[in-house]
Amino acid sequence: MAQAKGFFTDTSVCIGCKACEVACKEWNQLKGDEPHFLADSFDNTGKLDAENWRHVKFIEPSSLTAATTVGDGQAWLMMSDVCKHCQHASCLEVCPTNAIVRTEFDTVFIQQETCNGCRNCISACPYGVIGFSQTTGTVHKCTLCYDRLQNDMTPACAKACPTQSIQFGNLTDLQAAADKRLGQLHQVGYSNAQLYGRDNTVYGGLNAFFLLMDKPQVYGLPTGESAALPSRNNVGGYLGGVIAAALALIGGMIAIRRRREPPAVEARPPAAEPETQPVGSRAGGGDGR
Amino acid sequence: MFLAVHFTQPPEWRWYILGYFFFAGLAGGCYALGAMLRLFGRPSDESAARLCFLLAFPLLLVCPVLLSIDLGQPARFWHMMYDTGVGGPALNFKSWTPMSLGVWGLLAFGVFATISFLEVVALDGRYRYPLSGAVAKVVVGPVARLVNVVGTVFALFVAAYTGVLLSVSNQPVWSDSYALGGLFLASGLSGAAALVTLFRRWRPTAEASDAAVAEADGYFALLELAIIAVLFVTLGFAGQLVRAISAPWFVLWIVAILSLLPPLAGRFRSGVVVSPAGTAALARMGVAANVATATIVLVGVLALRAAVIWSAQG
Repeated sequence: MAQAKGFFTDTSVCIGCKACEVACKEWNQLKGDEPHFLADSFDNTGKLDAENWRHVKFIEPSSLTAATTVGDGQAWLMMSDVCKHCQHASCLEVCPTNAIVRTEFDTVFIQQETCNGCRNCISACPYGVIGFSQTTGTVHKCTLCYDRLQNDMTPACAKACPTQSIQFGNLTDLQAAADKRLGQLHQVGYSNAQLYGRDNTVYGGLNAFFLLMDKPQVYGLPTGESAALPSRNNVGGYLGGVIAAALALIGGMIAIRRRREPPAVEARPPAAEPETQPVGSRAGGGDGR
Repeated sequence: MFLAVHFTQPPEWRWYILGYFFFAGLAGGCYALGAMLRLFGRPSDESAARLCFLLAFPLLLVCPVLLSIDLGQPARFWHMMYDTGVGGPALNFKSWTPMSLGVWGLLAFGVFATISFLEVVALDGRYRYPLSGAVAKVVVGPVARLVNVVGTVFALFVAAYTGVLLSVSNQPVWSDSYALGGLFLASGLSGAAALVTLFRRWRPTAEASDAAVAEADGYFALLELAIIAVLFVTLGFAGQLVRAISAPWFVLWIVAILSLLPPLAGRFRSGVVVSPAGTAALARMGVAANVATATIVLVGVLALRAAVIWSAQG
């Protein structure tokens, strides 16, 4: 296997130019969605989906939990979001067709010829990365430019990023660069700066990890117990079903067996209503099997 | 469970999946109810048991059709069972993924539902097919019981796993409770009892089991109500209850809960004593009431699943 590759996205130097979005679309021949006015600052991409494998998020001061100041004002946060290529990938875990695989570059890749469009991965991805394409009938997400990697090329987004916010390389090198950058930011007073996905606390570590200037939730990134694999609910879910099945079977057995006792109507004095019978007590149909 | 934070996208599972969950619940419920009637009941319950098996099979047939149509690539349905990618060629079986397990469970249940259907067709003697006759010759006595017992395991699995499938995700509401599997199972059984009540008009001999089916349905409805309460409590702890019952989904929840009242009140029970001489009208009213209440229960089964599926996906 080749050395593990990844992205280190340093949000502190992202300027929101969206060159990454454009480069991604151009290389991967993504048409993009019809433009909509989202009334969401400078964002008209909205979210990651089948046509947007990079998405620059604009986070305005009202959403921030920590003051990130520049000059006399508060800075907006910008972040070029992308598939995280998780070490413990939820999408890969739940994919019933094994269309989602880990490549020789340790990235997560969807085999288009195998995917049947069940969309189970969409319900599992905690980052809302994967999108369904009506055109192909399959799901899509960032491939980390798998075809470029095979030809020893840098992914299109990292190549196009004018501020080096998106850095591509060997994972170990990127981690070292991230540690160094975090130290610099802390040194100059940005105490809220933190790395997300650098270590294995989130999904076993992310091959596309981030330097954030505020809490991960502000960027729409789950942490702690919220960053869990879907399989955590297997035991509890099935156990709930088994308990319900046992109770239902007991209930059904009680209901069905109780009628083995003689019906109450037969115990009545013959003279009371000699010609009556319950509606439901006519022919029994069985052969006693 | 904990205060959950979700940043997921909805998988856009809509009408076909709702239909699949509905029919899978009813098919599994019908088979399990039929097996219970046959295994625990008296000889006169055999007719109702056969009705259950006759219903389970066609209900099950609808399921793979709906599942396939919902796929983006319906012709690739078989990829669920066979790995055509870099990991293959090999059979696909991921026990930790309910969708994978469910496909195999559905297939296994299909085998047992088919056997029991063919057996009943032969026993009823209405149609004479060589295959059903052959099955009926093999599936007798202990073999028949074994088929019903194992078939019931798969039937209950098919009725329940759809709820577990939703739970094994990172979607709000679905992944915030363990109750969905049990809830769908109880609801499927209740719906099956209602369906039997509805269809036994065309099988008069099944009337002998009316009281048993009605009482069983009462237990199923009680169980379903209890699990709904558990679901709401767990969603409350996870901070997702408001999302689950917000407008317009609360209407579906109300329908689902109200539909449990007739079986809980024992409305299916044909306990009215009538004289053969002059109370046919009363009997007809009873049948009409049964049809109405059974329909209400079935609408509730659908509403429950719609509430769960839709509320999480906004």
